[in-house]
Amino acid sequence: MKQAIELTEVWKFFGDYAALRDCTLSVSEGSCCALLGRNGAGKTTLLRIVSGLTTFQRGAVTLFGEKPRAENARRQTGFLGHGIGVYEDLSARENLHFFARIAGSGNLSSLTDTWLERVGLARVPTMPVRQFSRGMRQRLALARTFINSPKILLLDEPFTSLDDRAIAMLSELLTEARQRGATIVLSTHQLREALAIASHVALVENGRLRYTGERTREMLDDPALLYRLHTELGSQQ
Amino acid sequence: MNVVLQAFAVARKDLAIELRTKESLNAAGSFAIVILLLFSFAFDPGSDETREFGGGLLWIAFAFAGALVFNRSFARELPNECLDTLLASPLSAASLVIGKALANWVTLLVVEFVSLFVFGIFYNVSWVAHLAPLAAVFALATWGVSILGAIFGAITVNLRLRELMLPVIIYPLMIPLLIGAIELTKIILNNEPIGSEELLWGRILIVFDVVFTALAVILSDTILVN
Repeated sequence: MKQAIELTEVWKFFGDYAALRDCTLSVSEGSCCALLGRNGAGKTTLLRIVSGLTTFQRGAVTLFGEKPRAENARRQTGFLGHGIGVYEDLSARENLHFFARIAGSGNLSSLTDTWLERVGLARVPTMPVRQFSRGMRQRLALARTFINSPKILLLDEPFTSLDDRAIAMLSELLTEARQRGATIVLSTHQLREALAIASHVALVENGRLRYTGERTREMLDDPALLYRLHTELGSQQ
Repeated sequence: MNVVLQAFAVARKDLAIELRTKESLNAAGSFAIVILLLFSFAFDPGSDETREFGGGLLWIAFAFAGALVFNRSFARELPNECLDTLLASPLSAASLVIGKALANWVTLLVVEFVSLFVFGIFYNVSWVAHLAPLAAVFALATWGVSILGAIFGAITVNLRLRELMLPVIIYPLMIPLLIGAIELTKIILNNEPIGSEELLWGRILIVFDVVFTALAVILSDTILVN
């Protein structure tokens, strides 16, 4: 199967500290890779490198064979980081309109209206985002991420602090994205939600990839299994 | 979508936010007007003196006011990690910087023309008859100031002391542009004929604009990523 994302022996240093050490990972097209690990393990750094937001010192990273900063690579990528990535002083419609426009999407008005409907914000299209509740902002962020139907989705702890409605919406959107063949990489602490969606798993500890492989039935039954088998702390216990 | 269209989309978004919040317009506008008023009360200049130093006074006020606009420009992208979202999107970094410069250019031009009215009233200078050449000088020089502000706004966006660092860095670089703009404004306000020697200042403005716009296009990705 064609590889959508490839990291080869990637090293990332912050000063003298190696945040990523010799990381090699391949994510095949259409698969969903859950990036697991404790706080500070290097998950966010890895995702930022793949999304082209951070440079690295050694190794190579490609998205469909192109460097992450290549325009074609960014055109095919949807990124949801820790922030919601929308403007407080614009309305939901203006935000979606802007992000769809810079991605070069056509038929902006109907696309925007469809997504406002989809995430339950069709009744408040002109209200400034600063007046939105937390849940409404989260749903707008999901619409912003998915509006251009990206072929690669990079999601950094997407389930964190989402309300129930947004979790259900995100799960539905991820399932749909997989059905249309999108490749997904998501970092998370929520093992159960992530493992339920993931087809593959990558476990990061102290900047190293300790395990990469398919998600198995055993992992679903016992989400902590990976940590026990493949991390230093787990093996000491 | 090409660089220019993306830049217009960024500028349009920034101007929509500015129209709603008026953060930069109010701060920069009132600052420029206060400088003009203070000079007027402090020195009580006659009309000949005003024509002599009016260009310098106006451009110092515009340069200081500009720093307020440039500081807000990229800082606006920090809440909710909008800058990361833009950099990970198909938007090119060059479009982002040029778009920011465009929005700053429009904002600063509005501030400049409001200040010009105040200048005309308090310094008893009639500039209406010279509107076309003044507008040309303002447009050229303000683009130079704006593109410089956008480039260094991008460099300093993640610094804790960016409000202080940005003016410290850009003012020395602005010197050739400001000299050109001051000289041309002085010549226009004095109603002097513009000959080939005076046109040299115009050429300096154009070269400054072209060089820094090219630098913005070439370096923006390196500046903004990491």
